[in-house]
Amino acid sequence: MKIKINKIILDVLNEIGESQGNDNLVGVTDDTRLFGENLDSMGIVFLVTDLEAAISDEFDVDITLADERAMSQKTSPFRSVKTLTKYVNLLVSEDMKG
Amino acid sequence: MASLNYIITGTRKGLGKELAEYYLAKGHNVAGCSRGKTSITHDNYLHFELDVADESAVVKMVRQVKKQFGRVDILLNNAGIAAMNHLLTTPYGNVKNVFSTNFFGTFLLTREVSKVMMKNKKGSIVNYTTVAVPLDLAGEAVYAASKAAVESFTRISAKELGEFGIRVNAVGPTPVYTDLVRNIPKNKLDELLEQQIIHRFGETGDVRNVIDFFNKEASNFITGQIIYLGGVMK
Repeated sequence: MKIKINKIILDVLNEIGESQGNDNLVGVTDDTRLFGENLDSMGIVFLVTDLEAAISDEFDVDITLADERAMSQKTSPFRSVKTLTKYVNLLVSEDMKG
Repeated sequence: MASLNYIITGTRKGLGKELAEYYLAKGHNVAGCSRGKTSITHDNYLHFELDVADESAVVKMVRQVKKQFGRVDILLNNAGIAAMNHLLTTPYGNVKNVFSTNFFGTFLLTREVSKVMMKNKKGSIVNYTTVAVPLDLAGEAVYAASKAAVESFTRISAKELGEFGIRVNAVGPTPVYTDLVRNIPKNKLDELLEQQIIHRFGETGDVRNVIDFFNKEASNFITGQIIYLGGVMK
């Protein structure tokens, strides 16, 4: 599941990169830094909305990425593709467990 | 006119129910919600039994509506709790309930529905305030404060969502004879009517007229505005 989530995140970021003309996100990899470097606050808005929708379509679970936990973590889940994959995987797993 | 997809909160009774039935009769699709079971039966009506301040329930509802309707054109943040009480005798739990429904509910629906609307770069959101805000009505400190929050939220969300083609406005009704004012003493209501330029109770049609004005295509240059009924001014 984590691999699938990682792929979805990379696809979403690629699409945002293309639609926003942000070359740093086109060809994004696991180590690409996101918030603060290659993704501004508006980029985060697009990432959150597109990713939530993509996760909902793929796994039929409804996660909210901008939750208190995400905002209060020492290391923001939005720091890099790697941290985001880990966080989304956690949210999806929790939702599936009910 | 092409059929539109509405989300209306608080559709079990009062204004919300009347609005839902009105738009359904016009051939539109309506998704509604309330804490109780639906009182509307129509093929184009989807009902969700939830509390508008329950985040995960709201998220699920909006995703379900998106799946069934494909898009959302109009959101009416209609669900509301009225409260009339001197602040010195107002229980804290009551304050939390009023803010939960009136403000937190408006916030959650706006956030989730905007995510759907922004995909189409188009949408209209109508929030509900009250003349109690500009009139600073004694006895309505908590209710008016929750709606003042809605007014601020309306103006700022209009700014933040404008670039996605989403317009946000608010209507400020005078008392309309619905469940919301059922428990308010008659002399208090009469005093309120005295403060309006036009001294009468509002009617559903008065509120709907402003809502339709905000939502119609020709109003695509109007956002971040608050219209009070009855000639009440800030």
